Amino acid sequence: MQNASELGMAVATLNDVSVAYNGRQALGPIRFQVNSGETTALVGPSGCGKSTALRLLAGLESPSKGQVIRNVAKGETAVVFQAPTLAPWETVLNNVALPLRLAGVAQDVAWERAHAALSRVGLKDAAGLKPAQLSGGMAMRVSIARALSMSPKLVLLDEPFAALDEITRRKLADDVTSLWSGARPAVAFVTHSVDEAVFMADRILVMSPAPGQVVYEASVLAGFPRPPHFRTTEIFRRTVEQVSDALARSMGAP
Amino acid sequence: MTRPLDMLAPLALSAVIIGVWELACRALSVPIYLLPAPSDISVALVSNAPLLFSSAVVTLWAALSALLVSALFAFPLALAAALSPLVERAVRPLAVTLQVTPLVAIAPLVVTWAGLDHPEYATTALAAVVAFFPLFSGALTGLKSADPDLERLFDLYGATPVQRLMRLRVPASAPFVLEGVKVGVGLSVIGAVVAEISAGSGGSQGLAWRIVETTHQLRMAETFAALVALSMLAVILHAVTQYAETQILRKWRGR
Repeated sequence: MQNASELGMAVATLNDVSVAYNGRQALGPIRFQVNSGETTALVGPSGCGKSTALRLLAGLESPSKGQVIRNVAKGETAVVFQAPTLAPWETVLNNVALPLRLAGVAQDVAWERAHAALSRVGLKDAAGLKPAQLSGGMAMRVSIARALSMSPKLVLLDEPFAALDEITRRKLADDVTSLWSGARPAVAFVTHSVDEAVFMADRILVMSPAPGQVVYEASVLAGFPRPPHFRTTEIFRRTVEQVSDALARSMGAP
Repeated sequence: MTRPLDMLAPLALSAVIIGVWELACRALSVPIYLLPAPSDISVALVSNAPLLFSSAVVTLWAALSALLVSALFAFPLALAAALSPLVERAVRPLAVTLQVTPLVAIAPLVVTWAGLDHPEYATTALAAVVAFFPLFSGALTGLKSADPDLERLFDLYGATPVQRLMRLRVPASAPFVLEGVKVGVGLSVIGAVVAEISAGSGGSQGLAWRIVETTHQLRMAETFAALVALSMLAVILHAVTQYAETQILRKWRGR
């Protein structure tokens, strides 16, 4: 059970935030928050500013207008990009230990925690390999293990499974949601897949085409962990339908 | 089954050229001081082998020491330029100017500065000048080549500038640095040769001097023998660097 005072606390908030590039509005105004113990999915058409919203939450980008409130320290945020983004010259273990080493954690402690993180994503035997020796799915798991290694309070995933095949994708989604079953950080992730959003999230924000705004919000009323057959339940089917409809409307369908 | 053919094709072409050359020289009775036949060159190559070998060592040494000197300047400068855009803006035009100025044009100047007693200084300096740009440019490109998302992660994890340099930029630069070294090695041989020729005296006893000396005396078979030795030196050097690059990169990326 999660500490009640921690549950639902805003970890990062976008307060009427807009972003413009070269005078062209790319995002917003948008207002939402991500809460501890909750997974928020951002769904929307290509180029609507989903990834920008994620970078704002991460503190990697500044808004043109509005306010980003982050109640987490820099080192407590983890980002998983669409590509695994591993250092090709380092072993899997060193890649996972990287955030800890950068934070000044001693090597043996960092390695111990990295081994633990690798076990959680089912890759404890891959510690000595280099990224080039991994499959796409394995590399993505390493990337997720790296994000987990530092016990972050805020986890941001930018289309983490987009480059993977359907089977690997589902398996990873199953595994990642099972990771949330313990003490859960605030999670926000961007995806093109409505199925994935409904399967992995508590809350889904549907965005309009650029400049993206939140046009629909859905809650998935089901707890974690979610077994693979959650995809066959009525609640899953109904939520997918609602979100798909909202997405179609946001893209101008009648 | 293209592989044996692939290897055979260049050999066959060389054999044809050498055969035609040999036949033409004999049939047309071309004087040996104009164009020696391949058989004459082979004889010169064998009979001059010890001299050519020691000359090749001189040229090789000049090229490698020049590469070292060049690296001592190029790598720290590339590092400074990667860390500070101001330094890059200051250094780049000079590096480019150095790169595009023909080496033969500055050779007499450098040879004069080095003095008649020390032509080896001139060879090293000139070879270092031509090797500089690929080393500098390779290292600078490499230092700036790190995956932007990895850079973002380093931002996120609050990496210090030193951590970013040592854990990200320097290791990420390895493939580019190695490529620069490979090009630099080839150019440093060219630089050494140009310098030896410009020095125009027997002070340096490298392969280029053998070429100058024998041409002046119309001993063309020996000129060609020295040329063959020079090509072989360059080819071997390239092969060794290529092999080292492949091995290091294999270790770098784990396969």
